[in-house]
Amino acid sequence: MRTICFYFQVHQPYRLKPYRFFDIGDDHYYWDDFLNRSVMRRVAQKCYLPMNALLLELIERHKGAFKVTFSFSGTFMDQMEAYAPDVLESFQRLVATGQVEVLSETYGHSLASLRSKEEFARMVDQHRDKIKQLFNGYTPKVFRNTELIYSDRIGEMVHDMGYTGILTEGAKHVLGWKSPNFVYQNSIRPELKVLLKNFRLSDDIAFRFSNKTWSDYPLTVDKFISWVNAIPKSEPVLNLFMDYETFGEHQWKETGIFEFMRALPEAVLSKTDFGFSTPSEVLGQVDAISPIHVPIPISWADEERDLTAWLGNDLQDEAFDRLYELEQTVRQLDDPDLIRDWNYLQTSDHFYYMCTKFFSDGDIHSYFSPYDTPYDAFINYMNVLSDFVLRIKQKKKEVESVE
Amino acid sequence: MRVLMFGWEFPPHISGGLGTACYGLVKGMVHHDQEVIFVVPKLWGDEEPLADFVNASDVTIDYREKKFKSIWKNLTYLEVSSFLVPYLGPEEYQKFTDYAIHDRADVDESIFTNKYQFSGKYGKNLMEEVSRYALTAAQIARDRKDFDIIHAHDWLSFPAGIAAKEISGKKLVAHVHATEYDRSGESVNPPVFEIEKAGMEAADHVVAVSQLTKNIIVNRYGIPAEKVSVLHNAVLDASIIKSKYEKKVPEKIVTFLGRITFQKGPEYFVEAAKKVMDRDDNVRFVMAGSGDLLNRMIDRVAELRMGHKFHFTGFLKGDDVDHMYAISDVYVMPSVSEPFGIAPLEAVRHNTPTIISKQSGVAEVLQNAIKIDFWDVDAMADAMFALLHYQGISKMFKELGSEELKNLKWEHVAAKLVKIYEKTLAQQP
Repeated sequence: MRTICFYFQVHQPYRLKPYRFFDIGDDHYYWDDFLNRSVMRRVAQKCYLPMNALLLELIERHKGAFKVTFSFSGTFMDQMEAYAPDVLESFQRLVATGQVEVLSETYGHSLASLRSKEEFARMVDQHRDKIKQLFNGYTPKVFRNTELIYSDRIGEMVHDMGYTGILTEGAKHVLGWKSPNFVYQNSIRPELKVLLKNFRLSDDIAFRFSNKTWSDYPLTVDKFISWVNAIPKSEPVLNLFMDYETFGEHQWKETGIFEFMRALPEAVLSKTDFGFSTPSEVLGQVDAISPIHVPIPISWADEERDLTAWLGNDLQDEAFDRLYELEQTVRQLDDPDLIRDWNYLQTSDHFYYMCTKFFSDGDIHSYFSPYDTPYDAFINYMNVLSDFVLRIKQKKKEVESVE
Repeated sequence: MRVLMFGWEFPPHISGGLGTACYGLVKGMVHHDQEVIFVVPKLWGDEEPLADFVNASDVTIDYREKKFKSIWKNLTYLEVSSFLVPYLGPEEYQKFTDYAIHDRADVDESIFTNKYQFSGKYGKNLMEEVSRYALTAAQIARDRKDFDIIHAHDWLSFPAGIAAKEISGKKLVAHVHATEYDRSGESVNPPVFEIEKAGMEAADHVVAVSQLTKNIIVNRYGIPAEKVSVLHNAVLDASIIKSKYEKKVPEKIVTFLGRITFQKGPEYFVEAAKKVMDRDDNVRFVMAGSGDLLNRMIDRVAELRMGHKFHFTGFLKGDDVDHMYAISDVYVMPSVSEPFGIAPLEAVRHNTPTIISKQSGVAEVLQNAIKIDFWDVDAMADAMFALLHYQGISKMFKELGSEELKNLKWEHVAAKLVKIYEKTLAQQP
């Protein structure tokens, strides 16, 4: 039987509060608690709670035939504990059904994989510990990097950390004529299997579902099933990867997204030759068809499916370089307060807010940004970073004077 | 002596430096027991009662006065060429031109009868307000015969000064605080230039806020040098400010504070900052203010990879301005063209060593400051470095700065102005 792999990314960044030049050296708390809390509560009400309830209902109804996969960023888990214990409880209930797989990633939802193997590994370890702690000793086996960022080198690092599979984007410029509906393998470490997102069918749900100018609007379950059935029989896996906030937050409940998801599993099971699996199951059942070569990192963001949403302009590169200059020192100091802020400051969203690609994907960027302009985002981030640097220097002095 | 003075704004309702300068000047005049009739397009009622204020919005014009029509006719050229407002939509533009090219004789009656409610701002109808202000000035000059001389501040009130002179036959002093060349560089606005030129030509004497401005008046507007006097601005309060606000960062701070526009030369500050930062790790740079070049400056700072030590505060107001001066170790004003520039004097009041460009009027009066050409970023960087590291200079600046401020008082300015009036009145026409 062929299989559909549903994977949902669950992430919230710690947004910075407006941090002024006059605050540098004086105020060491950077996070906008009010905004972070209110976003968390809003999304909990609109998405996490109702969608978790729906998934639990579907899992129970289909008795082992319906499965889903999640990845939770560390910044999400921390905020969930602080602001939404009800959401945590409902995720714990889902994981406890045994029909839900949880993936590994970096704690800070960071771009560390592009800069430092050491920091990348540290963040992955810290994330794995957090998952264990929250989900009753659960240990993830499959990896997904921040925003599905992947390259041959990243795959190599992930393999060396002991993972057998990784998720990424089925980017057109990497695949060419090839189909994303097979299992591939890393070109340096063939033992690492690579699952590729079918971006057409995934984005039909995640982005186009309520788009009235789309020629296929409205998207009904029957229509979606007909597209699933149109997949050539030789192709064994359909990877539907999306933000979890698709359900209820990006696509409001008025669009009918919950009804669509309620009806989809039954239709898939009865009208197609597809079932549902988690990535670990797919890796166990399906052989890799060929290596996939990704010398330059890809991601699932924007039309380009590259890194330009986070890095590349001067604002982003300056902020990124200044941040990772601190890497060695922060790890050496190993101070819990500094590590916490260090984790949160690495979150990719901060760099996303500094993106100046106004013309193609600017509207999506501005939807997600708490700032008016990328310049405001840069100024605020650099002010905070300046204070962080002062704290590190101070701490270093303290440590040295003790020694 | 009683002076009929035309301004455009008066504290507390000001949007530029002009109002502050007028305030200082009037205060100085009062100190010397001179009487001032001060006219503004719009009075708010909470102005300090230093002068005999006249609200132009309250003046009713008696259109039976024949002379008014000839004045109005002379003013129509302002309207016809008044495409000062840059962002008119096509429809509005059409309306504007229709209105302008229309024969003004037809609409005389309606224009002449009513009172006119001035906004007193720098808005879309600026040219219309300027012309109407002139007409009101003529009425005021006719009603109030009890003045000895007319004094008009900047081009906005030059037509008013000219009209008052025509009606009363009294002498006119035109006071230039900034020229169109300062505001717009080489791309001057022809109608504004024309008004400035007409005002200075019609005036019996011209007053410039600096030698720099005088040179522009002589070279660009063709006014004879002997007709122009230099009258520097001053500070309202010359006392030293002892702020309790303390710096929170260990590094020294070098500050640019002003509008981030072409005229103020922010890009030279950024380039000089880079040179200093390459040699000195113990310094932060702050660019306070906003303006159309802000984003370009942020881009450049990021490109030069100094975002961790170069900060932008946005527009500062109230106490934040004082705090900024107070925690600065060096203040820099790299203006490309600054008729006067009062901000460095504020820095001196906070005991902050100052670097100013030679292309600023304030450089002519402030001795204890380092003066550089705005474009010479190497010299600017050297000066920053010197003030940060060589205590001798900065200490000396601090000590001598307060002495210097004592000479920069508005009462001295007013005394000089009275002399200029006397000289002007004594001239044979």
